[in-house]
Amino acid sequence: MNLESLRHTALSWLQLSPIVLILGFFLVLPIIAIVTVSFWGSTEYSYFPAFIVENYQYLFSSHVTYSVYLKTFMFTFMTWSLTLAIGFTVAYFLAFHVRGLYTQIGLFLLCTVPFWTSNIIRMISWIPFLGRNGIANSSLLELGLIDQPLEWLLFSDFAVVLAFVHLFTLFMIVPIFNTMMRIDHSLMEAARDAGASGFQILTNVVIPLSKPGIMIGSIFVVTLVMGDFITVRFMSGGQSASVGRLISNEIGLLQYPAASASAVVLLATVLIMISIMLRFVDIRKEL
Amino acid sequence: MSDRRPLSFYLLALFFAVFVLFLYGPTITIAILSFQGPSGGLTFPMNGVSLHWFYDLFEQQAVGDIWGSFRRSLALGLIVMTITIVVSLMGGMAFRRRFLGSGVVFYLIITSLIIPSILISLGVGILFNILDWDVHWSTSALGSQLTWTIPFGLLIMFAVFNRFDERYEEAARDLGASSWQVVRHVILPLIAPSLIGVGLFGFTLSYDEFARTLLTAGSYNTLPLEIYGMTTSVTTPVLYALGTLTTLFSFFIIALFMGIFLWLKRRSRGVIDIVVQEAE
Repeated sequence: MNLESLRHTALSWLQLSPIVLILGFFLVLPIIAIVTVSFWGSTEYSYFPAFIVENYQYLFSSHVTYSVYLKTFMFTFMTWSLTLAIGFTVAYFLAFHVRGLYTQIGLFLLCTVPFWTSNIIRMISWIPFLGRNGIANSSLLELGLIDQPLEWLLFSDFAVVLAFVHLFTLFMIVPIFNTMMRIDHSLMEAARDAGASGFQILTNVVIPLSKPGIMIGSIFVVTLVMGDFITVRFMSGGQSASVGRLISNEIGLLQYPAASASAVVLLATVLIMISIMLRFVDIRKEL
Repeated sequence: MSDRRPLSFYLLALFFAVFVLFLYGPTITIAILSFQGPSGGLTFPMNGVSLHWFYDLFEQQAVGDIWGSFRRSLALGLIVMTITIVVSLMGGMAFRRRFLGSGVVFYLIITSLIIPSILISLGVGILFNILDWDVHWSTSALGSQLTWTIPFGLLIMFAVFNRFDERYEEAARDLGASSWQVVRHVILPLIAPSLIGVGLFGFTLSYDEFARTLLTAGSYNTLPLEIYGMTTSVTTPVLYALGTLTTLFSFFIIALFMGIFLWLKRRSRGVIDIVVQEAE
């Protein structure tokens, strides 16, 4: 390495030093702390240094763990498929059917505004819709489609998935819209000239070229849902469990070593899922 | 393409309209319901129209400390915003060239973005506990929020610098500008509008952050924690009034940042013209 590139590397590291310090202290050290504490012992009120594997043994021997993971995967899969379908359709409409850059950007911003208000407020705002006397039930009653209020609208798995879709579809729209905007329209013209139908253009040109955006959006949605505890707790009325809720319950009971063991398993699960998804896209190239 | 729009356009437009309604409908509903009369409840029909629940917010609350938590969230948001802008800008500059170890830092940033937020909350809580430090919104909560805002800020900076026309820099250098002068007089004015975007992300992500702050805020709540506390204990439209006000506040912040963004954009266009003219 010559002197010039050495100087560049030193400058780059100097410029990165605040990030490295912040992430080192508030990301790397906390993860190390979690992994360490997951092997510690605990009493009812405190925890102490030790090296035991009981936290993990308990975790893997409990059938609760497996059913909670199953439920979390179900939430993740349903949210992922719905946000993907909606997000792709919306991005496709904005990128290929709306004319004029300013209209496109304006409508795109319209979708992003709700992202900037509180998640909890957006969850609360479903109460007047889905509640026992809510808008959905009273409209259905008035239309004569049902003769008593549906109980499963609010505080149910349905409400959880609905809230996830409401909160997270944006995370699909943004990256997919971003990659679609970079697709050269002449490719689609060429496909049309070569005799491809609209559907063939969609499956053979648009979808393959949008794959990086789809993957980045999927990574966001999957990690957000896998780690969520507040939406599941609030929208299910405390009746459904997810891995995140399990951890937050253990934290509430001050069972930090048990919570840490669950956290390590969750982290491993999420990282495995992400690394599989990253096989389909070079994330550095997409930025 | 012909000028007549195909049927698919109308179907997709309808889909989009329904989606927007789905996004905004619930929030608009609680905004309407927050104007319930004093005897109104959490659902329709409206029981009179009044500002009762807004007055209620401004009076001494039986539960919690809304205004104290609002001030703390505001202060925290501004601190997070400032740090995020400065640090993301520096990081973005660093990543303009490939350097030894850049891959490691890049994956650290991606990890920070995708790690479940409850793990940050738990980990920082435990770390402070082990170090025997007190958790406080201005220390542990600040750091936890930065692990989420800085990666977002950096992603924006990556996008900005990928589309940055380096000819402006070269032109300035040809005119004899030092590297600091290039940064100060060319790069900064040109990317200033994007820094506003980074600031908007930093502020609002912090202002609304719940999960990463849960175990790290200590005894003084931030606003999202306060609202969360209210959802379990308050069953009157005062909750909706609070929701309406915080949503309006978010809109105000977005409009403010947009205004500054457009103003800077106009100015930076002026800068480009000057540089181009001088270079010619």
